[in-house]
Amino acid sequence: MGIVSRGFHGKRRDGGDRLPPGQYLVEDFPVLSAGPTPRVPLERWEFAIDTEAGQTHRWSWDELMALPQETPTVDIHCVTKWSKLDTTWEGVSLDVLFEDVESAADYALIYSYGGYTTNVPVEDLLDGKAWIAHRFDGEELAPQHGGPARLVVPHLYFWKSAKWVRGIRLLNEDYPGFWETAGYHNYGDPWREQRYEGD
Amino acid sequence: MRPRLIWRTARLREARVETGTARTLVFEVPGWPGHAAGQHVDVRLTADDGYTAQRSYSLAAPADGELLELTVETVPDGEVSPYLTEVMRPGDEVEIRGPVGGWFVWRPASKAPVLLVAGGSGIVPLMAMIRERRRAASRVPFRLVYSLRAPESRYYAEELRRPEPGLDVTYLYTRATPDGVSRPAGRILLADLAEGGWPAGFEPDCYVCGPTGFVEAAADLLLALGHAPERIRTERFGPTGG
Repeated sequence: MGIVSRGFHGKRRDGGDRLPPGQYLVEDFPVLSAGPTPRVPLERWEFAIDTEAGQTHRWSWDELMALPQETPTVDIHCVTKWSKLDTTWEGVSLDVLFEDVESAADYALIYSYGGYTTNVPVEDLLDGKAWIAHRFDGEELAPQHGGPARLVVPHLYFWKSAKWVRGIRLLNEDYPGFWETAGYHNYGDPWREQRYEGD
Repeated sequence: MRPRLIWRTARLREARVETGTARTLVFEVPGWPGHAAGQHVDVRLTADDGYTAQRSYSLAAPADGELLELTVETVPDGEVSPYLTEVMRPGDEVEIRGPVGGWFVWRPASKAPVLLVAGGSGIVPLMAMIRERRRAASRVPFRLVYSLRAPESRYYAEELRRPEPGLDVTYLYTRATPDGVSRPAGRILLADLAEGGWPAGFEPDCYVCGPTGFVEAAADLLLALGHAPERIRTERFGPTGG
């Protein structure tokens, strides 16, 4: 047990066993970004997967919308301590987008409009674990929450769920992204409280 | 590789009233490794039955040996902030881990002019930069545009009132304006940043911190004034159950 702070009792809002260590529940949806919010017109928007062999698979907005859509309801956990339960998204599973992609790469670097990057192992993107989402709680995804589309990979801290997603580069070697080179953990599992480098 | 961040015991050395709802806390943290202006820490509180709660708070000043300073705004119905602002007394202890963050920082080696844009309690990490500039005797020109509800919500009022060469301060009031100020109360506008900031051609480093809506508005205005997005660093304080 840590140092006891005299007179502290806490709120003990009940997240039960769905709240990872060190997190607390919120009802609102806080916004955290490192810079101004990019605004990407849909007619210019595209999403790409670049393989380690140099092949690029591209989707326009209309092509993304024509793919099978899923509506996952998931809990999300931000490294700044807030967690939000039962958030509902709509988007395309990365399993669908990876269907025709030939790759043996183990690592992925996700890159965004506005220059943000984050790294995620490929196996954490597949098997129903990640989506390119364009709707949140039944509404179009607002720019400040990453619209037109963001990655949603809810089993990792939410900085891995890149806003304004533009593409995924598949790599044979791990390549840390924006926050991973600024003191944050390379993998970011909330259940093991991997917040910062070395956790 | 940076050294792993560990939880350290932090004992409250002194506390100062900042406003009716905010308090500055000075902690003594044995073994503190130092930090850069703009960084934050995680604070962990433990109740006597072992229940814990963690929150992040910006550091308000450069490190002074093993002393570090936070300014905390009371979040109504919050879990952690009311303890820090109302219950805690000198001698009481919490745990602190840090420093955290390598992006929203200003280092004295930097030569570009600096524009700081604060909304409410978003002044805290920006004040750390102002104090770091003073500590390092830097001559980099700074401008602060500080948006707040009313005169009585000013943090660091006396310190910012003292003239400081190379630091210009502009206050914007959103609800109530002091006597003698001609700008009507209201939200931040293009003209405020055009007058209180730097021309985009000077290529200043811009740091914007505050509540989400404020940061979105201010960052958009800076883009409209021609500042490059990569020179605009933002930190959004979510209005959460602090």
